[in-house]
Amino acid sequence: MTEHRPDPDALLAAVQREESRQQRGRGKLKIFFGATAGVGKTYAMLEAAHQVNEKGVDVVVGYVETHKRAETEALLATLEIIPRKQVEYRGTTLEEMDLDAILARKPELVLVDELAHTNVPGVRHSKRFQDVLELLDAGINVWTTVNVQHVESRADTVRQITGITVHETIPDSLLELADEIELIDLSPEELRKRLFEGKVYTAERVETASKNFFRSGNLTALREMALRLTAERVDHQLQDYMQIKQIAGPWKSADRLMVAVSPSPLSERLIRWTRRVAYNLEAEWLAIYVESPRLLSDEDKVRLAHNLELARQLGGEVISSTGSDVVESLMRVARQRNVTQIVIGKPAHTPLQDLLRGGSYVNRLVRASGDVDVYVVTGDPSESTQQLRLPRPQPHSVWNEYLLGALIIVTVTALNLVTLPLIGYQAVGMTDLLAVLLVAAYIGRGPALVVAALSAITWDILFIPPRFTPIITHLEDVIVLVMYFFIAIFTGNLTAKIRAQQQQARSYAERTLAVYTLARETATAVNMDDVLETAIDQIGRVFDAEVAIFLRTHSNHLEAQPHPQSTLTISDKELVVATWVFDNSKPAGRYTETLSAAEAKYLPLLTPGGTVGVLAVRTRKSERLSIDEEALLDTFTRQIALVIEREMLDEAAEQAAMLRESERLHNTLLNSISHELRTPIATVVGAASSLLNQNLSADAQHALLSDIQAAGDRLNRLVANLLDMTRLESGRLKLKLEWCDISDLINVALSSTAKRLVDHPIHLNLAPDLPLIQMDFVLMEQVLVNLLDNIASYTPPGTPVDISSKMNDGTIQIVVADHGPGLPPDDLERVFDKFYRVPGSKAGGTGLGLSISRGLVNAHNGTIDASNLPEGGAQFTITLPITAAPPPAQEAAL
Amino acid sequence: MSGLQALVVDDEIQIRRFLRISLEANGYEVHEVDNGQAALTEVALLRPDLLILDLGLPDIDGITVIKRLREWTQTPIVVLSVRDSDEDKIAALDAGADDYLTKPFSVGELMARLRVAQRHALPENETSVFESDGLQVDLSHRIVTVRGQEVKLTPTEYALLRLMIQHVGKVLTHRQLLREVWGIEYAEETHYLRVYIAQLRQKLEADPARPQILVTEPGVGYRLVMVEPDEEKNA
Repeated sequence: MTEHRPDPDALLAAVQREESRQQRGRGKLKIFFGATAGVGKTYAMLEAAHQVNEKGVDVVVGYVETHKRAETEALLATLEIIPRKQVEYRGTTLEEMDLDAILARKPELVLVDELAHTNVPGVRHSKRFQDVLELLDAGINVWTTVNVQHVESRADTVRQITGITVHETIPDSLLELADEIELIDLSPEELRKRLFEGKVYTAERVETASKNFFRSGNLTALREMALRLTAERVDHQLQDYMQIKQIAGPWKSADRLMVAVSPSPLSERLIRWTRRVAYNLEAEWLAIYVESPRLLSDEDKVRLAHNLELARQLGGEVISSTGSDVVESLMRVARQRNVTQIVIGKPAHTPLQDLLRGGSYVNRLVRASGDVDVYVVTGDPSESTQQLRLPRPQPHSVWNEYLLGALIIVTVTALNLVTLPLIGYQAVGMTDLLAVLLVAAYIGRGPALVVAALSAITWDILFIPPRFTPIITHLEDVIVLVMYFFIAIFTGNLTAKIRAQQQQARSYAERTLAVYTLARETATAVNMDDVLETAIDQIGRVFDAEVAIFLRTHSNHLEAQPHPQSTLTISDKELVVATWVFDNSKPAGRYTETLSAAEAKYLPLLTPGGTVGVLAVRTRKSERLSIDEEALLDTFTRQIALVIEREMLDEAAEQAAMLRESERLHNTLLNSISHELRTPIATVVGAASSLLNQNLSADAQHALLSDIQAAGDRLNRLVANLLDMTRLESGRLKLKLEWCDISDLINVALSSTAKRLVDHPIHLNLAPDLPLIQMDFVLMEQVLVNLLDNIASYTPPGTPVDISSKMNDGTIQIVVADHGPGLPPDDLERVFDKFYRVPGSKAGGTGLGLSISRGLVNAHNGTIDASNLPEGGAQFTITLPITAAPPPAQEAAL
Repeated sequence: MSGLQALVVDDEIQIRRFLRISLEANGYEVHEVDNGQAALTEVALLRPDLLILDLGLPDIDGITVIKRLREWTQTPIVVLSVRDSDEDKIAALDAGADDYLTKPFSVGELMARLRVAQRHALPENETSVFESDGLQVDLSHRIVTVRGQEVKLTPTEYALLRLMIQHVGKVLTHRQLLREVWGIEYAEETHYLRVYIAQLRQKLEADPARPQILVTEPGVGYRLVMVEPDEEKNA
C-alpha cells in the first residue's frame, strides 16, 4: 500500500538525517566497500589518502592491515602512522588501534582498516566500529574498509552462499551513517587472476582459498550482493533528497512489520529477514518479546538480550509485553500499533505439545490474526534441535518444599485413616484432591505433582479394598483412581500456573509502583539532595543494587566525586568509565559492549538539553538484568535526568532573578546617589564661584556662605548614610557591644541633631532607672539620628517632637513621634525599603535613612515599626530585647 | 591669645589652609608640616604651644607620633580624625592626646577644643573651688553644692567628679576614667561608668535627661563642660 503524499514523520527523519550530516563538528565517514578481501579496498583507500595528503590535508594511519601485500605496504611508507597499542591478553601481547593516541593527535583524517574487527578485551570498546564512532564524534574524519560479508543484514545470506559463518559484523545503521560509500568492484575473473598472482594471499594459502571461498560462484554472488547494497544505499540517498526537496515520488509505504523474538537462536534469522523485507518495503518494523511466566536461564537471558540488541542495531523498534498467552499478546500489540504483517518462526513443537495447548501456536495465531498478514519463516534445521526443550517448571521448588508436601500427605492420610469409618474410602480421594490443590496454590507445581502421585498411591494401598495391597478389586475403583490421578495432575498444574501468573502480575505491579513512586517522590522533592536521595534509595531497593550518581558541574564537566547520598563507592579507575559515559552520552560498563570490565553499569542521564550526569548501578547479585528490568532502569534513568534538569534550571532561574534584582538596586542606587551628591556639590560650586567672581553685598555673601555650609552638612550626612548602608550590605557589620544607658543615647542623638531641630520643641518622657542594655552606642545613635533627621526634613517647623522610653516586659521601647503629615497608611512597612521616599515629598534625600535604621536595629535583634497617630503625625517604635543584666557596679576601693 | 605658636600637621593642603586662616584670625602664629617625621622634628625645633595632628598621616601612624612626643614633651595635642574611627580616637587619647575633633568640624568647635587643651590640669593639692552652671565644688573640703543645696556624693562619685574637674573641658576616655577611679583591672567595665555618670547626673544636673555639665562623647568617653556665658557649647 503506497501513498503519494509526504509522510510527515519520514520527512522529519530525512531532514534530521541531512542535519546530522552537517552536525556540530561531527567527522565524515567514508567507507571503501567491497565484495571480498583482495579487491583492493585498502589499496584504493591509501591511494586516495595520498592524493588528499598532497593537497595539504592532515592524514594519519590509525590502523591498516596490509596482509603483507607488497603494493599496499609501499603506499604506507610515506604516511604518518600512529603506533599501535600493545595489549596483554591471556599471556600474549596483541596489537590494537590506539584510540586515545588518535584522539590526542586530532588529525583531520584517519585511516582505519577493517571496520568490522572485534577488539581484544582490555581496550575501551569491544568493536572497532565503536572506536570509529567515537572518532567521528570527536570531529575527526574517518576512512575505512568493509566487506559485504560483514554487513549484519547480509551475514545470513553470505553464510548460506559460502558456508562460512561470519562472526564479525557491523550494524546496517553504520552504512546509513556513512557520508560516502565507494564500491571497489572487481570481476570474479580479475579477482581470481590476482589471487593466483599472489597479490591477495601468500602462496601457501592460495590453493585452499581458490577452492573454498574464492570459487567463481561465490565471488559472483558476493559481487552481486555488494552491488545491490550500494544501489540500495544510493536509492535511499535519492529518496532523502527527493523528500527534502518535496519531489513527488514513491513514498514510504504504510506497512508495519512485527517480528516475535524469543531467546532461541532462530530469532536472529527472523530478525534479519524482517529487516530485509522491511527495508525493501520501505516499512517500519518492530521486534516484540512476549514475557511469559516462564523464567529464563542465564543462557537464555544472554541470547535474548543479544537478539533484541540485534533488532535495535538493525533499526527496529523493540517492545516487550507480558502475557501468559503469546498469541493473545501478539495480537493485542499488533492492533495497538497498527501492524500489518507479523513474522514468526516455523514451530518446532511436537504435535502432542500443540494439542495440549489447544492447537499449534502458528495455527492459533493465523486464526486470531484477522486482517493482519502472518509470515512464517523457516528456521535453520541445524539450529532447531537446540530448541526442543520442555518448558521449564519454575520457580524451582526447594527440596524442603517437597518435604513439606510429603508431610502434608502423611498428615491428611493419617486424618483419613481416623475418619475412615465415617466417610468411607471413596471420600478419601476428595480430601486428597483438596490437599493437592492447596499444595499447588501455596507451595508449588513440583510438590503438587508429587503430592498428587503420592496421594493416589496411598489411597490405593491404604484405603481402596483390598486394603494394604496395591490391587484393586472393583473396576469402578480403578476408573475412579485413574480419573483422580489425571484430575489431580491437571488441576495441580493449572493452579500452579495461576499462582505463577499471579506472581508475575504482582511483580509487574510492583515495578509499575516503583516507577510511580519514583516519579511522585521526585516531583515533590524540595531540592537536589532530596531528589537524589530518593532516586538512589528507590533504585537500590527495586534492583537490590548499590547506586552512585554523578552530576554535571557548571563548567560542563562531570564532577569528580559522586553525590554524597550515593551508596556505591567509585574508585579512580571507575571514574574514567563515568567520565567516558558523560562525554559520549552512551552507556558503558558491565554487561555492555564498552569498557565491560568495569564493576558497575554506567548510564548517562540524558535530557533534551544534554547529559546532566551519570548513574552507576551495581547489582548485589552478579547477573544481568532481565529485559524488563533493563526497561525499568531506563525509565528510572530518564525520570531522574528530567528531575535533575529541572532542579538545575530552577537554580539557574533563581540566580538569574537574583542577578536582575541586584542590577535593579544597583541602578536605582546609582541614579539616586548621583542626584543626591550632585545637588549639594552644585550649590557649593555655584555659590563659591559667585563669591569669587562677583562683588556682592555682605548680606548676599553671608547668604551664599550659609548655603555652602548647609550643603556641606548635607553631603556629610549623605556620606554617613552611604557608609552605613555599605557596612550593612557587606554583611560584615561588627557591633561594638557595651552596656549603654538609653537616656544617654537619646540625649546624644538630640545633641547631634540640635541644629536641624532648632525649630522643633522636644518633649522627653524618659523612664528613670531603665536597666543598661548591651548595644553598639554609635550605631544606635545613628538609628535615632536618622529618625530625627527625617522629622527635621518632613515636618513643618514649630511642630513638637515627642520622645519616650519605657520598659515593657523583657524589652525596652523607645518611641519617637512627630506632629507632621504622617505616613501613607498603606506604606507603613514599605517605608523601611531601600530608596523608598514618600510619594510627593520634595527632592533631596536618598530614601536610605529608615532602611539603615531598620538594618541596625535588626542587627541588635530588635525591631522598629512605623505607625500613624490618630491625631496626626508619624510614630516610630524601637524595641530592644533585654538579654541580660550587667554585673552590679561596685564602689571603688579608694 | 596672641603670640602663641601652633603647629599644624595634616597631609591635606586645604585643611592646612583652613586651619592656618582660622588660627591666624585668632592670633596664633601658625607653622605647617605634612607628615609625621617632619612633625617630630618641628616640635623639637619649634617647641610650639599647641599641636594639631591629623591621624591619617601618610608616613607614620599618628598614634606613634603622639607616643614619641609624649616621651619628652607635654605640649597640648589635639587630634583630627574622621567619623567611624572610634578606636583611633581612643587610642590617641590613651596615648596622651588631649582632645579630638571629628572631620568635618567648624571653627567654633576647633577654637573651643584648643582653649581647653591649653588649660593645664589643676594641680591635685591646690585649694580651689570649681564653679560651673550652678555647680560648686570645694575641692579642699570635699563639699558639693548644686544651686545652693548641698548634695551628698558617694566616695566613688566624688572621685569621678574630681577627676573630671581636674581635666575640665577635656575628653576623658572610658579607660582613663576607670583606671584612675577604680584601678587598672576595671579598665573594661564601662557599665560602671554608665551607672555612676547616671547617678551623678541625677544629683548634679538641672535636667538629668538633658545633661549640660557631664557630656557623653559617643564611643569615646565623657567630658565635663565648663559652662561659661561666652563659650559656645559643643555641637
